[in-house]
Amino acid sequence: MTNLSLVFKILALADDELILGHRNSEWAGHAPILEEDIAFANLALDELGHAQLWYALYQEFTDTEPDYLVFFRGAADYRNAQFVELPKGDWAFSMLRQYLFDTYESIALPQLVKSSNARIAEIAAKIRPEEMYHLRHTSNWVKRLGLGTAESHRRMQNALDELWAYALQLFVPLSDEQELIDAKVMPDPRVLQAEWESQVVAHLSASGLIVPATREPIATSRTQHTEYLTALLAEMQEVARGEVYGVEW
Amino acid sequence: MVKLAFDDIWRALDEIADPEIPVVSLVEMGIVRDVQIQNDAVIVSMTPTFAGCPAFEQMRAAIVEKLRALGVERVEVKIVLTPPWSSDWIAESARAKLKSFGLAPPPQHGGNVQLFFPDAVACPYCNSTNTRVTNHFGPTLCRAIYFCRNCQQPFEQFKPL
Repeated sequence: MTNLSLVFKILALADDELILGHRNSEWAGHAPILEEDIAFANLALDELGHAQLWYALYQEFTDTEPDYLVFFRGAADYRNAQFVELPKGDWAFSMLRQYLFDTYESIALPQLVKSSNARIAEIAAKIRPEEMYHLRHTSNWVKRLGLGTAESHRRMQNALDELWAYALQLFVPLSDEQELIDAKVMPDPRVLQAEWESQVVAHLSASGLIVPATREPIATSRTQHTEYLTALLAEMQEVARGEVYGVEW
Repeated sequence: MVKLAFDDIWRALDEIADPEIPVVSLVEMGIVRDVQIQNDAVIVSMTPTFAGCPAFEQMRAAIVEKLRALGVERVEVKIVLTPPWSSDWIAESARAKLKSFGLAPPPQHGGNVQLFFPDAVACPYCNSTNTRVTNHFGPTLCRAIYFCRNCQQPFEQFKPL
């Protein structure tokens, strides 16, 4: 096993958390009710905290500062799935995306805790209990909105129709990921996908939603991004790039 | 360097208030995990409560500042993740202080948070369990918001982790 396949995987994990966290943070001051404003700010901060743990591990391998990775990389060098970079949409869209991601994490993390790499195992063990709070929150809301009013149901179904094929990208193995699976560093994403599908299909159906038939991810490469990531980064990186040497307050 | 005993160092660390809950110390919260003295250096191991806690850097700086003020020339703060921080580690003394601060202390869960999502949290003001959760997320990552139907007051709970 080369370290290269491992560092690419760690970067993918970190970037997914960062970009999803950033999208969640866009709800601050804009959520439909105050409680959800607070909830999304918490979800955002949690995901940033988790990104930080993965970036710290990436730094141990590559000696690259997390601040550099976050603020001075262009879109082409980001390794997140397109799923997390899509604009926040309406609140149903953001809630459903977070639910699909939380379920994926709730299945992946218990496997990562068993990783043969001790650092990966301990980071997963740290993240796992925090994520239980996320999944409880988002799974309840998916049900409430799916079975709620005609409008909440329509918005959830639209969100699901749009997000489904993007979500499947979370389970597309990276080019050398098989090495990591063989070395028991990473779980097999196909196994995770089977478990994820069985859980989300059951919950979405119970929430009155129809799961799209496709099982083909809309994107398969993490080097390709939508135009939305460029816009996201332009905003997120503006201050850091404007004041490269920092400002003393 | 001034000759310091472990007790002096632990006592000093126990004086550092949690930046978000100033009635309790970093030691009582179980955030300071270990202290080692190596020649002229003191190595403190600390662990984050919630991974994204924005007060963490402030806590780290406070540890360095406190020990420097004691005369320690070299302070090294190591961040450890194993075992992950548990709210079970919050000292008994700190639980009472959390309550006096208006924060319901987290229930002991023995490492199994998964099954422990109680909705009957006792109000820190009147002790009634006639309470309801308003929001599982609160003003900091570690707090949830509740309302007491008995004394008609909102309060917060330190979340079990």
